[in-house]
Amino acid sequence: MQAMADLSGGFSAPSVDAAHAFRAALEALARPGSVQDLRGATPPAPLSVAAGTLLLTLADSATPLHLAGAADCDAVRGWLAFHCGAPLVGPEAAMLAVGRWEDLGPLSAYPRGTPDYPDRSATLIVECDALDGPANATLSGPGIETRATAPLPDLATLAENHALYPLGLDFFFTAGARVMGLPRSTRTEAL
Amino acid sequence: MTARATRKARPERPAMSEDYNFAYLDEDTKRMIRRALLKGIAIPGYQVPFASREMPMPYGWGTGGVQVTAACLVPEDRLKVIDQGADDTTNAVSIRRFFERTAGVATTTRTREATLIQTRHRIPEEPLREGQILVYQVPIPEPLRFLEPRESETRRMHALEDYGLMHVKLYEDIARHGEIATSYAYPVRVAGRHVMDPSPIPKFDNPKLSGNAAIQLFGAGREQRIYAVPPWTQVVSLDFEDHPFTPSKADAACDLCGAAGSYLDEVITDDAGSRMFVCSDTDYCTTRQAEGHRGRLNREEVA
Repeated sequence: MQAMADLSGGFSAPSVDAAHAFRAALEALARPGSVQDLRGATPPAPLSVAAGTLLLTLADSATPLHLAGAADCDAVRGWLAFHCGAPLVGPEAAMLAVGRWEDLGPLSAYPRGTPDYPDRSATLIVECDALDGPANATLSGPGIETRATAPLPDLATLAENHALYPLGLDFFFTAGARVMGLPRSTRTEAL
Repeated sequence: MTARATRKARPERPAMSEDYNFAYLDEDTKRMIRRALLKGIAIPGYQVPFASREMPMPYGWGTGGVQVTAACLVPEDRLKVIDQGADDTTNAVSIRRFFERTAGVATTTRTREATLIQTRHRIPEEPLREGQILVYQVPIPEPLRFLEPRESETRRMHALEDYGLMHVKLYEDIARHGEIATSYAYPVRVAGRHVMDPSPIPKFDNPKLSGNAAIQLFGAGREQRIYAVPPWTQVVSLDFEDHPFTPSKADAACDLCGAAGSYLDEVITDDAGSRMFVCSDTDYCTTRQAEGHRGRLNREEVA
């Protein structure tokens, strides 16, 4: 049964589904705080549709992946092994990580890039219950015309991440089939 | 015959060749380019290395832009390709046909109808809007390269935000010519941090880089670099307080549509030195003419 579940839930039209998913991810990261639809994959629980779709779009054998907390289960491991083939690693070697905010652990554990290569940093996919909750933060920076607001976890940690610019981590917050991007370039302040 | 039948069934889009993956590149390559694009968006103006592929066209013909476009295209896109502002020059025509054939996307010459615009060395005159993507073809992505040939050194200069050398270069321009003589590929500072080469667009176009509603992506195929400017990002052309940046253009109006504020190409019309000026942006010019605007050499058609 498990083996059969591993085989299903991928993109039905891999090339076109991945193209649509990437455009949604690009819009999300280029316009921090905006929420985009992101669907195509049907991953096993506890992964959300958006997180699973994002992994199929970005992860492959060249991207070490860290599964945090409940996301690190046999069903998810098997599904990713079949559809992505991404090597599973600890946070210190991860280019991508997925899990709930409290499970992802201290951000300092992930690669934040180097001064010469700030792009060599991890991208974190943060699973949330909802993205339309009450906003607690004001966002400003590239991609934002005047002002945007968003519900974010742990503003102090995110502000620390922004202070490292141009180093730092980039985030996708996912819930159901929705995604919101937060690149390191975004300044976050309590509302 | 088969191609014609398909075209009839989908009148909006040209027939897509079944010989290639959607948008030519394989999925592994697209994932790699997409990851680089997202890092580029996260660090505006920083050049992200990527494993550029050989494309079925020579370096210098927009292989970087083509790879970025291929990684971004969705079947519903409407693609516009311009070369120095024109939709009908060799480079633009061949790239447009490449994607008609390998991605089956609809194409257009109208700036306002396009969802994705690949450009060589111009930004369209008509302001872009949210939801549009502008992909630049870049020959030399490193703004410091002609001042410091070593990649290890320019990389360190970006890391340390050490851009003194660029200001020396601009100063020497003033010392030699009385003004900053750089007229294209004019260096800019993005989001207050990285100095970036905007590709060889005329400096007339530099103000359009800043606060643009569209996503701007840059691809350099031979040099294997991708960079990006997200929407609404502040992009400042480098200058001095006593020698402020001035976007320049030929001091004339378009002889076909009469536009006084668009970037102009100079065309020599005979052996006696006669010349005319025409809009470099062909869509802008034809749209204005269709609206009834006329320039100096185009008046007889009105009468």
